[in-house]
Amino acid sequence: MGKSFYSRREFLKRSAYGGAVLFSAPWWARGFLDFMPGVEVKKRGLPFVDHFGIPPEDIAKVIGTALARGGDYADVYFEYRVFDRFLLEEHKVKTASQGVSLGAGVRVISGEKTGYAYTEELTLDKLRQAADTAALIAKSGGKVVKVSLMEEKIPSRYQIMFPPAEAGVDERLSFLSQADEVASAYDPRIKRVIVYYEDELRFIEIATSEGALIRDTQPMLRFIVRTIAEDKGERRMGFAGKGGRYGLELLKVHTPKEIAREAAELAVKMLDAKEAPAGEQMVVLANGEPAVLIHEAVGHGLEADFNRKKTSAFADRIGDKVATELVTVKDSGAFENLRGSINTDDEGTIPGDTMLIEKGVLKGYMYDKLSARLMRAKTTGNGRRQGYSFFPIPRMTNTYMAPGKHSPEEIISSVKKGIYAKSFAGGQVDITNGKFVFMAVESYLIENGKITAPLKDVTLIGDGPTVLTRVDMVGNDFAWDSGIGTCGKGGQGVPVGMGMPTIRISHLLIGGTRKGA
Amino acid sequence: MSELKELAQKVVKMAQRSGASEAECYAIEREEFEVEVRLGKVENLKQARRRALSLRVIVGKKVAINYTSDLSEKALATFARDAVAMARYMERDELVSLPDPSLYPKRIPDLSLYDPNIAELPPAKKIELAKRCEEAALSYDKRIVNSEGGSCSTSIGTVYLVNSAGFSGSYRGSVISISAAPVAEEKGKKQVDYWFSAVRDLSLLEKPEVVGRTAGERVVRKLNPRKVATKHVPVIFDPLMAADFLSAIFSAVSGSSVYQHASFLADQLGKKVAASSITVIDDPLIPKGLGSIPFDGEGVATYKKKVFDKGVLETFLHNTYTAKKLKAKTTGNATRGLTSPPGVGYTNFYLEAGDADPKEMIKSVKEGLYLTSMFGFGANPVTGDFSRGAAGIWIVNGELAYPVEEITVAGNMKNMLKEVEAVGSDLKLTRDIAAPSLKFAKLTVAGSG
Repeated sequence: MGKSFYSRREFLKRSAYGGAVLFSAPWWARGFLDFMPGVEVKKRGLPFVDHFGIPPEDIAKVIGTALARGGDYADVYFEYRVFDRFLLEEHKVKTASQGVSLGAGVRVISGEKTGYAYTEELTLDKLRQAADTAALIAKSGGKVVKVSLMEEKIPSRYQIMFPPAEAGVDERLSFLSQADEVASAYDPRIKRVIVYYEDELRFIEIATSEGALIRDTQPMLRFIVRTIAEDKGERRMGFAGKGGRYGLELLKVHTPKEIAREAAELAVKMLDAKEAPAGEQMVVLANGEPAVLIHEAVGHGLEADFNRKKTSAFADRIGDKVATELVTVKDSGAFENLRGSINTDDEGTIPGDTMLIEKGVLKGYMYDKLSARLMRAKTTGNGRRQGYSFFPIPRMTNTYMAPGKHSPEEIISSVKKGIYAKSFAGGQVDITNGKFVFMAVESYLIENGKITAPLKDVTLIGDGPTVLTRVDMVGNDFAWDSGIGTCGKGGQGVPVGMGMPTIRISHLLIGGTRKGA
Repeated sequence: MSELKELAQKVVKMAQRSGASEAECYAIEREEFEVEVRLGKVENLKQARRRALSLRVIVGKKVAINYTSDLSEKALATFARDAVAMARYMERDELVSLPDPSLYPKRIPDLSLYDPNIAELPPAKKIELAKRCEEAALSYDKRIVNSEGGSCSTSIGTVYLVNSAGFSGSYRGSVISISAAPVAEEKGKKQVDYWFSAVRDLSLLEKPEVVGRTAGERVVRKLNPRKVATKHVPVIFDPLMAADFLSAIFSAVSGSSVYQHASFLADQLGKKVAASSITVIDDPLIPKGLGSIPFDGEGVATYKKKVFDKGVLETFLHNTYTAKKLKAKTTGNATRGLTSPPGVGYTNFYLEAGDADPKEMIKSVKEGLYLTSMFGFGANPVTGDFSRGAAGIWIVNGELAYPVEEITVAGNMKNMLKEVEAVGSDLKLTRDIAAPSLKFAKLTVAGSG
């Protein structure tokens, strides 16, 4: 196992131990790696490496330029991203792609207005030009602002054991070939296997006109297997994956072989899939993946910008009952190692655990600095951006529903006639009228309390403010999703997590071609 | 010669010196501006210039790609070498290669993709366009009391492609777009909709007042929706929805889906798979076209082609690799992203207009759906299954009667292509993918009414 051969990657050879501020997670939501048996290797925080080369005194000058025409707040955001991707298909790792992206953006906020400019040339001169452009948003005034930047301590929520950059290329490639072997051999009807591996490090530095300097190093790992099974002219897809802010230890616990087996099994199982009966049905959602329901049904609708503008179906509804008492929904960037976890958001706020819906009552929204200021609230650390070419807007981190009392077996056996949905391909929402859809790629009929026939791709559609009033059973089997999800909003994508226990929804509309609900 | 073109050429040479058998560098530079206004006031203003380059190396039939937006000397010093070193870890893929030199254009056509008037439009003018657009939407109807905003954005960029087979080309383009997204409210329920205009020539931009008014019409049309019960009925896709359907069909005729057998049309080449009224064109050479390109993502000369001709599947769309996989020829449809190998894309992709008058199409439906919006990802190119969240206007006795929402529309694309009952005469090439109104004989509309 040699070191990575990239000379440009200056990852420190000595390990560093990050700060010890950990979020105390409820027992049922802990990452599985806390209980990894027999492993002696210590987890470590990844150190921040300065790829930007602009000393704090100079950054302060940039902030000064930004506020020279007026404005209430300014920040400078630096980002350096390094990634490796490998793609295997037709039994060969055919493509390796690696990349570096480097840039910085200056933002000025004046009242409700945001001015933003970015550059990929990190010199004091270019940064001041960007600051000047962003400053044009402020109409008048302007003062001499001299900021003194103090580095702020942040938590260490993504300690990892085996940083991918320290593993050789061969070791990482072996994950792909292992998965390919297992998926291809699973069943003669498996005709295609595609394996995708991606690791990334994102170094960010944020300096604000409030005097804060924040630095973070954010790892990310994703491993996905796709399969196609073919039989008697029918073709079906299978899919499985695993990811998060982990090192390669993730793939030692959730092995490529396991993931491959899951993907192959799904494709073959779906060969027998029948049309779903269209119309309203009772629906049981499995734990984990199906939490995309929460993300689409209420998540986006509770982002503060939509509520400030009153374009969301949840605007002006704090204090209203929007779900049954069984439902508690939160958003938290604080869980260890999850895909949506962050030590800091992309404007320097440390997110905690934000209560959104408590026992059915709407309690709060997810704020960034701008919406907090305009709505006289506190930022909840949800100001995120895809990269330096965007300014932050309210985004989710890890959005989840807390567990309840029932066992999943009780829930399924309570259903005389309905649908059990297990794996999802994503969803979409119109936050103004509240309608959302999400697509189940693995679902089954429930007949007399038992899971029976597999069903072809099922689209579920509902109304955000009402669907949670139909949740009449909540399980005790909380699980996070597989950690590979990306949320898109305003043309930018951010990595997010979601989780929930098994739940029962009294009725939800199923799209399909066959009448007979 | 531009700095970026020089850099691209240098990078290709460095790759060859490091041992690459073939090398291809794709580079872009772009100037972007975007302003969003809300309720008459500027809300966001964003501006930037970006540059990036991507190198694909083939080292003895092994491929690797390296990308960077850091163009400093330090970063580029090892850039080519790193790509070659990474390629050596890959496995040989005998079919990978740059296109044959005979396929490059002898002369790069000028498709009028760049309008200096867009480049020179001052920010104040762009802000004014956004404001006028939103204002027209807000004033359209008194039930429109809110707005997601109006916007104006411009993008001016140049694409460079240099490779070791002797191709070196570039083209510059400009786009300006405006939009409005008004919110209407009645009986405590809100709806949002939008309209836009995007063009490469400033003089062709739709008047902001027209864009705003159209957005207003569209949102008001959605107010007070009802639910419907599940039924099998005729469905008319409006032009935007027909284009959405066409994009799902594209996935099934893309060479990369086909060689992987991930398409329900994979073994249907040359067969009649659709109604005779279905002719689909991919035309990269339309002057000022939003999807037009003078050469594709591998430098191959581009040309107009019929993908479906009167219902017969004439050709798939290919790049060099997918063509080799299927023993065909590249159709000049290679796309080139910055962090991945060439893919396959459409250029200006449209369904030819038919004879049916769109108003007559609606009159012909006793009970059915006029589909105006879809969401969700339920178009599966592997199986042909089509199941999307939807909204539209219910047709009763040939008239648009009332809006409906919280429904799904489902069918299978294999059958849908054959069961197109009417193709409208209302084709407008307002985007890089377009279609006229389409009437499907029967689809399943699921609802909880």
